[in-house]
Amino acid sequence: MSQTIARPPDIHLGTDYIGRPTSRVDGPAKVTGAAKYAAEFNVPGRYYGVVVSSPVTKGKITKIHSAPVLALPGVVQVFSHENAPALASLDKSYKDDGALGGSPFRPLHAPRILFSQQPVALVVAETFELARYAAFILKIDYEAEPHATDLETQRDAGFEPGKGKFGFQPPPAPRGNAKQAYEQAPHRHEAEYTHLAQHSNPMETFATTVEWLGDGNKLNIYDKTQGAHNVQRYITKVFGLSKDEARVVSKYTGGGFGGGLRPQYQVFMAVLAALELKHSVRVSLTRQQMFSLGHRPHTLQYLRLAADDHGALQSVRHAALAETSQFENFTEDVVSWSGLLYQCENVKLDYRLARIDANSPIDMRAPGAATGSFALECAMDELAYKAGVDPLAFRLLNYAERDQNENKPFSSKKLRECYHQGAAKFGWENRNPAPRSTREGPLLVGYGMATGCWHASQQKAAAKARLTADGRLTVSSASNDIGTGTYTIMTQIAAQTLGLPLEAVTFVLGDTSLPEAPLQGGSWTAASVGTAVKNTCDELAKKLLGLAQKMDDSPLAGVGFEDVQFVDGQIRRNDDITQSVVIRDVLQASGEEKLEVESGATPDTAKQLPYSMHSHNAVFVEVKVDEDLGTVHVTRVVNAVAAGRILNPKTARSQVLGSVVWGIGMALMEESVMDHRIGRYMNHNFAEYHIPVMADIHDIDVVLVEEEDDIVNPLGVKGIGEVGLLGVAAAVANAVYHATGKRVRDLPVSIDKLL
Amino acid sequence: MSSHFTQQPVGPAVAALVPAQPVALRVNGQERTLRIAPWTTLLDALREYLDLTGTKKGCDHGQCGACTVLVNGKRINSCLSLAVAHVGDDIQTVEGLGTEEQLHPLQQAFIDHDAFQCGYCTPGQICSAQGLLNEGRARTADEVRELMSGNLCRCGAYSNILTAVLEVLHAQNA
Repeated sequence: MSQTIARPPDIHLGTDYIGRPTSRVDGPAKVTGAAKYAAEFNVPGRYYGVVVSSPVTKGKITKIHSAPVLALPGVVQVFSHENAPALASLDKSYKDDGALGGSPFRPLHAPRILFSQQPVALVVAETFELARYAAFILKIDYEAEPHATDLETQRDAGFEPGKGKFGFQPPPAPRGNAKQAYEQAPHRHEAEYTHLAQHSNPMETFATTVEWLGDGNKLNIYDKTQGAHNVQRYITKVFGLSKDEARVVSKYTGGGFGGGLRPQYQVFMAVLAALELKHSVRVSLTRQQMFSLGHRPHTLQYLRLAADDHGALQSVRHAALAETSQFENFTEDVVSWSGLLYQCENVKLDYRLARIDANSPIDMRAPGAATGSFALECAMDELAYKAGVDPLAFRLLNYAERDQNENKPFSSKKLRECYHQGAAKFGWENRNPAPRSTREGPLLVGYGMATGCWHASQQKAAAKARLTADGRLTVSSASNDIGTGTYTIMTQIAAQTLGLPLEAVTFVLGDTSLPEAPLQGGSWTAASVGTAVKNTCDELAKKLLGLAQKMDDSPLAGVGFEDVQFVDGQIRRNDDITQSVVIRDVLQASGEEKLEVESGATPDTAKQLPYSMHSHNAVFVEVKVDEDLGTVHVTRVVNAVAAGRILNPKTARSQVLGSVVWGIGMALMEESVMDHRIGRYMNHNFAEYHIPVMADIHDIDVVLVEEEDDIVNPLGVKGIGEVGLLGVAAAVANAVYHATGKRVRDLPVSIDKLL
Repeated sequence: MSSHFTQQPVGPAVAALVPAQPVALRVNGQERTLRIAPWTTLLDALREYLDLTGTKKGCDHGQCGACTVLVNGKRINSCLSLAVAHVGDDIQTVEGLGTEEQLHPLQQAFIDHDAFQCGYCTPGQICSAQGLLNEGRARTADEVRELMSGNLCRCGAYSNILTAVLEVLHAQNA
């Protein structure tokens, strides 16, 4: 039996790190600039590749005038479909772990243009400045064809996407009779909710530095990604390299938010150039090119809800139509939440896609759920008003005690506590329900709330642990830290499991030479890699105990693993903690230089299958609206989250703070505006694609609601990277209604919609 | 129906590009001579020629603040400035503020208050905060919010950045 992570709270032990607010172990590297991101591995003699993007949305390239560019001294090569080498021919070679249904885009493969800003050439030169100049003057002829980029014009072209990408489940079958129940109910609401495409825009643009090592085709590929092994599999399949030849390294990732779940085209281009030129190459994308990498899709949502005279939900109808590309089916779970969040016997959910001439969308923080919860939670607010029930009371009245989609109990669900604790902290009871009822000087004040849930899941992961005679522990797994705190929480888990001080433990990640971890996404890293680290360290602890028992006059002789504890650098007997050995002495006494274990964890599906596993949140928002100017300020937010055990309240709180900022951006600012005449996002830069700045962010209070769950995984964690975003945009829109009496159903709630 | 479209070059290819030339810069108190073409930005000079990669490139257009450095104590976007324009200037990057062993008070405050997540905007935030302290204009939380709003943080660590900056500001004014 393994040592359990949870100990009674009254026993405070020095190396009990789990659950303790802990500063990021990678903090010093990040605040001093020592942390190296993909474009910062300055391998000597590197060339620079600059990507040329298509100004045409649909059509084909007819000629690339490379000669004048190649004549510039210092320009090395212009790569395009005209001279790219023959690579893997089958679609399956281009399918990565995050691939969608359909045919993946192949950079520099054919003259055909499938979307605006499609990469069409890579100009390689000896300096960045020269490559950029050469890319600017490269003349390309196109034959443009008419394109269709507006989802609004494709309303009748929707189709059911089927299976789509890994993990996607089509909406559950209808239950009851949603139409009949709606028609018979006294309180009814129907409306359409929309948002345009949004781009995740991590601060670090996508970049790859390929270090050419010679020796056959050996490469070190420093890439911005959320999955080093995923990139390695893609590169080895596409370029016919061995794993040994394509080592992928990703130590620091300057934000991911889903964009790094698939290999992006710069890694393809950098590897292609390095192999062709037998030279190290760096390719960095521009901020403008970041808008060509995939996006949260433009989605149209139809909601139709009904309640009886007591406010009990009688009918839920939620149908979504989302854009996808001409070549892949991007699928995300937009509608199933509407059959899950509330008790309702009559539910019908639909999800359809329609093709436009744009790049395939890609997962963007809380994919699907952020979209769906915005529409559902705004509609719930509207129905609560029609039924004459307080929006919070309305949700409590329709609280789902069971997952009706799957007909399963929840492994744990502390949403009720989220409602109560969040409302108390916010002061919801002070709310005058009438719209336009509260003023503060010239400003209208509004309170709104909303809620959400997100899957708790675990994937297979592996880890390695090595204890050396100096008492230092190194634990590794090829996961990522995209700002989520992976370095820190894994260090905490390893240190606590072996009873070592945090300073004696190093966690290593982001390298395909390490044991494999799943893609860093889905809020599953803490559960997946954390359990793998825990198991691996437990196995190391068992080996260590074996060695300790062989020591002369060992006080631990004959005791079982469950009879000892690893604490404060010692192995101690539970029945008499004075009977102990110092961990550092064990290896030294054994004569071994190191002790090493490689192990991992897979989800206990037999245990998990009978249950529905989700994290939940409740968001309360105060806005102040200047009616003369149409400006909205989100002045207070309380976000109460129940996400299982919190490994590190300090970094977990930050994840929720960030989610709130994302939600405010989604509610008030973010939209990628396509000019359909030319088929391009017109605001493809940070000056015009607005995200919140510090002046937009005021009081945010995060409540981490206690929740125990021994079903989800041995650590009891559910993940917290995404759930905090859910409901934020809806709560803001609902607060704007409460303040102004205006319902804005198409995000963002911009000034023009309030004037 | 189709139409022809030519991606027009910005201008004709320049036959003779201005060659790289030696430029002496004073960065973090050290005199450094590098060979760069005159069109090299200060940001690229730091990152690509001096291996000072702590200064980040987030947009290359002065829209995000990730490239903020201190020039003669004033914060600037190093992506909007050519390196040759800074001969004789005192250039300070995040590497010049403190080291992992000896952190600058702002760096320590950023760690203590978890004022970053992915860390990519962080050097720019810290340099910008130092510039703000040097300016001596910000006194209240709202003033710090306003005067730090040129530095984007997509992870959304603003609340914690504010706390960290205020802590150092108050300690300085105490």
